Amino acid sequence: MAISEKEVRHVAWLARLGLTDAEVEKFAHQLDVILEHAGRIARHDVSDVPPTSHAIPLINVYREDKIGECLTPEEALANAPKREDQAFAVPRIV
Amino acid sequence: MELYQMTIHELHKKLKNKEISSKELTESVFSRIDAVEDDVKSYLTVTKDVALEQAAAVDAKIAAGVAIGPLAGIPTAIKDVMCTKGIRTTCGSKILENFVPVYTSTAVQNLLNEGIVMTGKTNMDEFAMGSSTENSGYFPTRNPWDIERVPGGSSGGSAAVVAADEAIFSLGSDTGGSIRQPAALCGIVGMKPTYGLVSRFGLVAFASSLDQIGPFTKDVTDCAIVLNHLVGHDANDSTSVPIDKPDYTKALVNDLKGMRVGVPKELMAEGIDPEVRKVVEDALKLFEENGATVAETSLPNLEHGLSAYYIIAPAEASSNLARFDGVRYGYRASDSEDLMDMYMRTRAEGFGDEVKRRIMLGTYALSAGYYEAYYGQAQKVRTLITRDFNNAFEDFDVLVSPTSPTTAFKLGEKTADPLQMYLSDICTIPVNLAGLPGISVPCGTVDGLPVGLHIMGKMLGEEMLLRAAYSFEQQFGWNEKPKL
Repeated sequence: MAISEKEVRHVAWLARLGLTDAEVEKFAHQLDVILEHAGRIARHDVSDVPPTSHAIPLINVYREDKIGECLTPEEALANAPKREDQAFAVPRIV
Repeated sequence: MELYQMTIHELHKKLKNKEISSKELTESVFSRIDAVEDDVKSYLTVTKDVALEQAAAVDAKIAAGVAIGPLAGIPTAIKDVMCTKGIRTTCGSKILENFVPVYTSTAVQNLLNEGIVMTGKTNMDEFAMGSSTENSGYFPTRNPWDIERVPGGSSGGSAAVVAADEAIFSLGSDTGGSIRQPAALCGIVGMKPTYGLVSRFGLVAFASSLDQIGPFTKDVTDCAIVLNHLVGHDANDSTSVPIDKPDYTKALVNDLKGMRVGVPKELMAEGIDPEVRKVVEDALKLFEENGATVAETSLPNLEHGLSAYYIIAPAEASSNLARFDGVRYGYRASDSEDLMDMYMRTRAEGFGDEVKRRIMLGTYALSAGYYEAYYGQAQKVRTLITRDFNNAFEDFDVLVSPTSPTTAFKLGEKTADPLQMYLSDICTIPVNLAGLPGISVPCGTVDGLPVGLHIMGKMLGEEMLLRAAYSFEQQFGWNEKPKL
């Protein structure tokens, strides 16, 4: 077994993803099958191979330090589920 | 022939010569949508009012004697993963059901600048995760060739609208085959350009190092025309390649003489439906009969491609989808006890099963203790696959395989077995890992269902790819349509 139900619950917590008990059971089985297949590459000897994160070389994009167009506060807040004045409102944290 | 059945290049001539107006053309497409959409279910949002306004603007230009480009006045559908200002963009997810972007993605804006008429936003697997468009948070799309079957995915809506003549062309996105596989299953042309050639600014990210926008068209000529206006450097995308834009229509030369065609044996092996393989072998004979040399080659590390992909793509997805937390946009669960409860419930209620599965896979692969065994290893395999392609392209101009191992499968046939579903992209995934261009063109049918020929090119080798695809298309003479 590559992944247990306990690990599924822990990973779901890390991902901030609420799961029901039935989902935990289902995902544990499905992830086990997928990870068993995907995990085969761990047996492939690639110790002397450099990793590739992107197919093309990435370069930093620089631009002049001058004020350009940007979203207005109204536009930035347009899709917010809940707002207060010019801020995103969330449940109390402390 | 009805207007909605025609290609971009046929319609452009008619518009330019004032034989038809864009309004007439747009109304013809909407009459087609009215007639078949209940069966196909390819659109999430239809934008008829916007389309008719855009058509009127193009007609006014033509009437005033202003020269128009080849895309002006052409009805176009957009996959609902690209932001469109003022028009809701759901990514096929309930979590973005009411999201209305305040800006437009660069790829769509480039086409709007050319005067396209936007017919609507097309259905897709949620956040582009899937191979059948059954994972949409709204409804599955159906294949116009047989509405009991899937159109492929994740851009199934964009493929189905073109196959069903509900748009003249469309845009999709391809992370592991999501343009080419549905194009194959729906009997049309679909292209994934070289990574970085088309800006991803405003494309809602799934796996940022793999995603690429590309066209679905009725023929290869249309594909080159659309590509001309999609490609271009964008300072808003740090992965956008700064190159001079070629005119891709110049590559449309019907000439296969001397072309070196390689056939990776790993992509014609077990797992490919024998009848699909036979159709592709017949297509390869056509290449040979027209002067190309065809030979078997090997990409030995391809056997690990699917594994590497299903580690890398979910890993990137788990990071990209962290932004959907119910704070700034999208769905928010009600009456949460505290912030953590809001995050957990918002994401539990907003995401569908496949998205949850991939977030879990990605989080697991990136977590302490597993990172090197899964993600680190997958990134190294990616290097090996890229090297395999580079070696092959020393001997060959293009590589050819089936696009999909099977023809369109029945709705529900693979939904209970994610691994079987993942295998649907086995021929297309390696190209994304290496960032190369690939195109699918129709090459025949099996039991009345289309088969796609997958042509892969070297980095920025779109012109050779288009020449091969165009020449094959001219020789093969595909003109079959679904009987809706």
